[in-house]
Amino acid sequence: MKKSFPVLTWFLPAVSGLIFISLWYGVRVVSGLQSWILPTPVEIVAAAVHEHTRLLAAAGHTALGALGGFLLAAIFGFFTSLMLGLSKSLRASLYPWLLVLQMTPVIVLTPIIMLWAGPGMPGIITITWLISYFPIVANMTQGLLSTDMNHVALFRMCNARRWQEVLLLRVPAALPYYLAGLRIAATLAPIGAIFGEYMVGNASGGTGGLGFLVYSYNTQIKIPALFATALTSCLLGFVFVAAVAWLNWAFLHKWHDSFEQADH
Amino acid sequence: MESVPPIVKFTSLQKRYGVGPVVLDTINLTVAPDDFISFIGPSGCGKSTILKLVSGLSPGSTGELTVMGVKPREARDRQAFIFQDATLLPWLTAQLNVEIPLRLRGRPAVERQTTARKMLELVGLGKVADYYPRQLSGGMKMRVSIARALTLTPQLLLLDEPFGALDEMTRNRLNEELLAVRSLSPFTALFVTHSVTEAVFLSNRIVVMAANPGRFYAEVAIDFPYPRRPELRGQPEFQAKVNEVTRLLHEVEISPSS
Ligand SMILES: Nc1ncnc2c1ncn2[C@@H]1O[C@H](COP(=O)(O)OP(=O)(O)OP(=O)(O)O)[C@@H](O)[C@H]1O
Ligand SMILES: [Mg+2]
Repeated sequence: MKKSFPVLTWFLPAVSGLIFISLWYGVRVVSGLQSWILPTPVEIVAAAVHEHTRLLAAAGHTALGALGGFLLAAIFGFFTSLMLGLSKSLRASLYPWLLVLQMTPVIVLTPIIMLWAGPGMPGIITITWLISYFPIVANMTQGLLSTDMNHVALFRMCNARRWQEVLLLRVPAALPYYLAGLRIAATLAPIGAIFGEYMVGNASGGTGGLGFLVYSYNTQIKIPALFATALTSCLLGFVFVAAVAWLNWAFLHKWHDSFEQADH
Repeated sequence: MESVPPIVKFTSLQKRYGVGPVVLDTINLTVAPDDFISFIGPSGCGKSTILKLVSGLSPGSTGELTVMGVKPREARDRQAFIFQDATLLPWLTAQLNVEIPLRLRGRPAVERQTTARKMLELVGLGKVADYYPRQLSGGMKMRVSIARALTLTPQLLLLDEPFGALDEMTRNRLNEELLAVRSLSPFTALFVTHSVTEAVFLSNRIVVMAANPGRFYAEVAIDFPYPRRPELRGQPEFQAKVNEVTRLLHEVEISPSS
């Protein structure tokens, strides 16, 4: 099989990216804006290089908070969904309250969380957890409820026990849904951590992390460094999403239709 | 007159789903161990419901139904169900799919593997044991499904339009294979189909059903001896039976209610 040049995956994004950067330069030159309002890409990279020790340390701190909250959400989300998906009465009694929790903006809860969990890593992890928890629960519960009725009939015909039906049928069938939930959570977790750090930075004079850097660069009006922080956050987000995409691939590529190889 | 106890016995059975209309009315049927009965009739006449009743997936409303002398549910471990789509678990290989019934019964791994292997070879799929369902053709999936149903050597096999989604050539081949498998590991069969030729080729009895309410309209005996060769399909006696059943089906479809 001959591999064709990956026009769609590499070439076109590269072209559109270059166009975007040129436009950026163009706007800067034509408008005559100052560097501290709209830095050029080169100035941003320079700021990133200059600030790289702080940025890296902050990224590590944020990654830790995001990972902690993400893992908590993944683990608790899994078990919450099992409860919701397998018991009608639990679903009826708990799901509305989960929705209420989801509808409450985290920003409103932040001071309370800081008060209860403390302003350091525990608070940040709690915020991240809250933000990434719901998509996981919603997706996985849906998955547990969508089991093919014929598969269920097959298991009943074999006199399967309830736990066998859950372990061998419902959970594997819900796995793609769970992973879809994790994918959404992976985009939210770094955002949650950075937001948490930003609030903590505001509240207590700082504990590190990209969110705190945003706060501190902003007050110092170090705008290129602020852009560099945005860039770093973006990269961190990519790492998270890529990790979950890998997990998704590892679990599903052998059998799931979403990984059906096109046959050219 | 008969000394063999019936495998399945319907006595004036009536079925409604919940408080809905009568779906099956006054069903009387006695199934002997060596029967291969096909049910044929217009859509919605209750063919699938017959199988659901026998398997105990759905209870009868009034009347009586025994399977191997006991309630349908209690006879489950001696029967197997083959659904229209193969209902393979997509995350398991063909081999592991065939192992499922054994696994659910807590059989040891070694026994599971050898039995499943043997069943897959029986349906000619030894080579693709490690394929996932999405890598199998429709016909292969159906064969895996048959292998899975046979792992526990059921006395009674329920088949709900198992070959309905397949092209005619594949369907004919699988019909022949099903009879071949049955001669090696005998089972009573209740078979739902829309294809008259398939019913005539496979069965010794064909029940033609009518709808609104679902009921048995006529029964046709097919006396060709087993094993049946593919050439049977070309013979005038075969064609005569096909015509007879087709005619009954027309009658049923022209006068839908009694
Ligand atoms: N779970 C159910 N709840 C309520 N009504 C049902 C249910 N299953 C089937 N029915 C009704 O029972 C009747 C018979 O359905 P059944 O599926 O047995 O028909 P069928 O002969 O198998 O049809 P087809 O050839 O289309 O598969 C239909 O009118 C259908 O609407
Ligand atoms: Mg049906």
